[in-house]
Amino acid sequence: MSGIAFVSSVELHPRLCDWVRLNPDRTLSIFNGKVELGQGIGTAIAQIAADELEVPFDRLILVSGDTSRCPNEWWTSASISIEAGGRAMRTACAEVREAFRAAAARRLDAAIDDVEVRLGWFSATGSSAKLSYWDLVAEVDLAQRFSGTASLKPPGAYRVVGRSVPRRDLPAKLAGAAYVHDLDLPGLLHGRVLRPPSYGARLVSIDRAMVQSVAPLAAMVVDGSFVGVCAEREEAAIKAVEAVRNAAHWTEPVDLPEPGEVRSWLLELPRDSDRISAKGTFPEGDGRCLAAAYSKPYIAHASIGPACAVARLKNGHLTVWSHTQGNFVLKSQLARALGMAEVDITVIHHDGAGCYGHNGADDVALDAALLSIAVGHPVQVVWSREDELAWAPFGSAMAIDLKARVMADGRITEWVHEVYSTPHLTRPGWGEGVGLLAAWHLATPFEPPVVANPPLALGGGGDRNAIPLYEFATQSVVHHFVKAAPLRVSALRSLGAYGNVFAIESFVDEISHTVGIDAVELRLMHLADERARAVVRAAAGAATGAAAPPSDGLARGRGMGFARYKNSGAYFAVVVEVSVEKALRVERAWAAVDAGLIVNPDGLSNQIEGGIVQAISWTLFEEVRWDRERVLTRSWDDYPILRFADVPAIEVELIGRPDQPSLGVGECAAGPTAAAIANALFDALGVRVRDLPLTPERIARSIQ
Amino acid sequence: MRSGSDVDPVALTVNGASRQVRVAPGTPLLYVLRNDLGLKGTRFGCGTGHCGACTVQLDGKAVQSCDTPLWAAAGRVVTTIEGIGSPEQPHSLQRAFLEQQAAQCGYCINGIIMSCKALLEANPAPTDRDVRRALERHLCRCGAHVRILRAVQRAAAQPAS
Repeated sequence: MSGIAFVSSVELHPRLCDWVRLNPDRTLSIFNGKVELGQGIGTAIAQIAADELEVPFDRLILVSGDTSRCPNEWWTSASISIEAGGRAMRTACAEVREAFRAAAARRLDAAIDDVEVRLGWFSATGSSAKLSYWDLVAEVDLAQRFSGTASLKPPGAYRVVGRSVPRRDLPAKLAGAAYVHDLDLPGLLHGRVLRPPSYGARLVSIDRAMVQSVAPLAAMVVDGSFVGVCAEREEAAIKAVEAVRNAAHWTEPVDLPEPGEVRSWLLELPRDSDRISAKGTFPEGDGRCLAAAYSKPYIAHASIGPACAVARLKNGHLTVWSHTQGNFVLKSQLARALGMAEVDITVIHHDGAGCYGHNGADDVALDAALLSIAVGHPVQVVWSREDELAWAPFGSAMAIDLKARVMADGRITEWVHEVYSTPHLTRPGWGEGVGLLAAWHLATPFEPPVVANPPLALGGGGDRNAIPLYEFATQSVVHHFVKAAPLRVSALRSLGAYGNVFAIESFVDEISHTVGIDAVELRLMHLADERARAVVRAAAGAATGAAAPPSDGLARGRGMGFARYKNSGAYFAVVVEVSVEKALRVERAWAAVDAGLIVNPDGLSNQIEGGIVQAISWTLFEEVRWDRERVLTRSWDDYPILRFADVPAIEVELIGRPDQPSLGVGECAAGPTAAAIANALFDALGVRVRDLPLTPERIARSIQ
Repeated sequence: MRSGSDVDPVALTVNGASRQVRVAPGTPLLYVLRNDLGLKGTRFGCGTGHCGACTVQLDGKAVQSCDTPLWAAAGRVVTTIEGIGSPEQPHSLQRAFLEQQAAQCGYCINGIIMSCKALLEANPAPTDRDVRRALERHLCRCGAHVRILRAVQRAAAQPAS
C-alpha cells in the first residue's frame, strides 16, 4: 500500500551483523530501527537483547535509527515497538547466540545441547573450560543469514527482561547536552524558517532592504514561498526571521471553515463511507432505544521541545540528524524533495523532546537540509513555539453517533456506531507525494500526499477502536472518512481511539444509568475476554478499596473507562474521581493495565501515568482554534495544557502475563481516561457533556 | 565561542567560575549559556517565559533565562544544571529524579530541577502544595508530574549534597 511493501525488518536485514556486532573492547553493539522518543524503548530493547544474547546488560551499546548502519524498522509508532521491534531484536539476538553456541560446541568438542551460555561465557557440562563471545568471534561468520531455527529464551529464564532497569538515556539528559537541539558541529549556522501566515498563503514580496537594515549578518534563502534565514548567532537568526516576517507580503485565502462546534463544519465536508462491521440483523424488538452524539476537536501535540534538525552537506553527501519516527522513510522523502539520490543521504537519529505522533520532526529535517544546501554550511533549525503549535499536524476532529437497544436486564441487543473524521495519518511516505511541509511551499512545489485511511489490519485511523470489544448480537459500525481536512492533520497518540473510546465508554455509562444497572456490571455482562474483565475488575476494585475522599463540601463523582487498544493491543481500565467547584478537577485515578509479558515494569507504569495525565489535559482543556484564514492557537496562553496544580494522584496496577506476547502501552490510556472523566462528571453533577473538551462553558451549557 | 570584538565584555559568574562574554548585552541569557558557554542543559521551549524549560538560578532565584537579557546577569551569579552535579556525582535532586525515574522525554526536567533547587534552598520542607506552586510556570507534556512531585519530596528528605 502506498508504495511501501511492509516486509518485516528481519526479512529485510537477515544477516547476524545487521543487528549485532562485537567490539574489541568486549562490548557489543546492537543495531535497531525503533528510536527513543522519550518512551524508554532504547532501554527496553537493550534489556531484550541482553537476555537473548545472555550477556551483561552494561556490555551493550544500542545504535538506533542510523540509515547508514541500522535496520529499517519503518516507523516507531502505533505502540508496536516492543511487539515488533522487540520481537525482531529477540530473533536476531537468538540467532547470534545460537551461532556462537554452535562454535563453542565445536571448540569444546561437546554436543551443542550440552553447551550453555551465561553472562557471555559458553561452557559445556562436565567441563570447566569457558569461552567468551570474543574467544569465538573468529569462528563465527556474522555475515551469515539467519538460520530461522534459533530457539528463543523462555520467559521463565529472563534475568533482565521483567526488571525495572533505569532508563539509560536519562542521566545525560538531566546533566547537559543530550538532544538534537544540543548538537554542535564546526561551522554550524542557526537557521529559522518564516512559515506562511496560513496554509494557503503565497509569498508576494519581501522588502529586502528592510531586512538588511535590521539583520545585516543573516543570509536569507527564498524559494517560492519557502523563506529561511541563517546566522552565526542563534538570537541573530531569530531576530532576522522576525525582520523578514515584518518585511514580507502574502496573499492569504479565506478558506478555512467557519469555526464552531465540530458537527457544524465536519459533517458538511465530502466523505467516503465504509461499513467496517456488520453483525446480525436489526429486528424490531423490545427494550429501550438510546442515541447519543459525541465529538472531539482538533488537538495539538504541544511538545515542550519544538521540532529540530541539523543538516550538513559534505562532499555531495547530505547527513541529517533528526528525531523523526521513520528514519528510512524520511531519507526517501528528502531524496525526492531535494532531487537527490537516496544513496547520497544519511538520516541519523538524535533524541528530541516528547514525540506523540507525526509532529514537525520530518518537516524540520527538510527545512535544515534546504538551508544547509543553500548556504553551504551545516545548519540547525529549531521551530518556534508558534510554529510548533500552529504548523505541526493536529489530531483530527471527530464526530461519533451511537445508538443502542437495551433490555431491562441490561443486555444490549443492538449497537450502531458511526464515526465521522478527518484523516489520522498523513505521514511522509504514507500515500503518494511528498509529505514534508517546505516542499509544498517551494517555487516548484511538490504535491502533498493523497491520503488513505490505514486498514484496520494495521489498526485503522478514524475507525481505530470504533468496533467495540463488547459482544453485541447485532452491531453496525460505519466509518465516514472525510478526505480533505481543512486543518493539517495526522497521527496523534491513539489516533481515532481517543474519540471512539470516549464515545463508546460514555455511552455505556449512559446506558447503565438509563436501565439502572451498575456501569461495571454492565461492562462485564458484555465482555467475554478474561483479560478485559480482569482490568475492569482491578480498576474498579482499586477505586472501591481506596480511602474516602475528604469531606470538603465539593461535589465529587467517579467514572470508569475501558478499552483494549486497537482490539489487539494492551488492555486498560481506569476509574477517575473528580471534584467540581469552579472548575472540573481530576482528583484521583486508579488504573489497571495488562500488557502481556512486561519488559520493564516501571517504564510501563511511567507510560501509563503519562498517558493518563496527557489525556486529562486533552479532555479538560485542549482545542485548536482558528478563524476563516488562520490557526489561532499559537502560544501556551492560547493553548493551555495541564499544569502541576491540577495533576491528580495516580495509582497503576500492572497485571503481568508472562505467557502472553508483550504489548505496547503508549496509547492505551487516552480514550478510557476521557470517558472516565466525563462519566465522573455525570456522577458528580448529573450533567452529561458529550463534546470535548469538558470546559466550564460546556459544562455550564449542559446544566442549563 | 562566537563573539564580536567590538562588544564590551560582560562579566558574570557561571557555575562558580568567572566568565567574560563579548556578546551584545540584550542577548537572552539562554543563548549565551547554550552557545557562548556551551552549557546545553538549559533548554529552549517557548522563548516567552511560559514553560520553564530554560530556568536557571540567578543569585539563587529561579528565573527564565529566555526572558533574562545578559545585562541583567552582569556581575551576578548564575547556576545551571551543569553546576549542581554530574552523572558521576549527582546533586540530591538529580539523584532523586533518577531514582524515581521522574521523567519521560526529559526535556522539561532540568528547568524543573533548578526551580526545585531554589525552592528547597528557601524552604527545605515544602508541602506538596508548595512544590506545585513553585512549579506553576513549568510545563511537562509527557505527564511525569506525579513522579516529579515525589522526587522533590525524596530530595527534600535527603541531607543536602
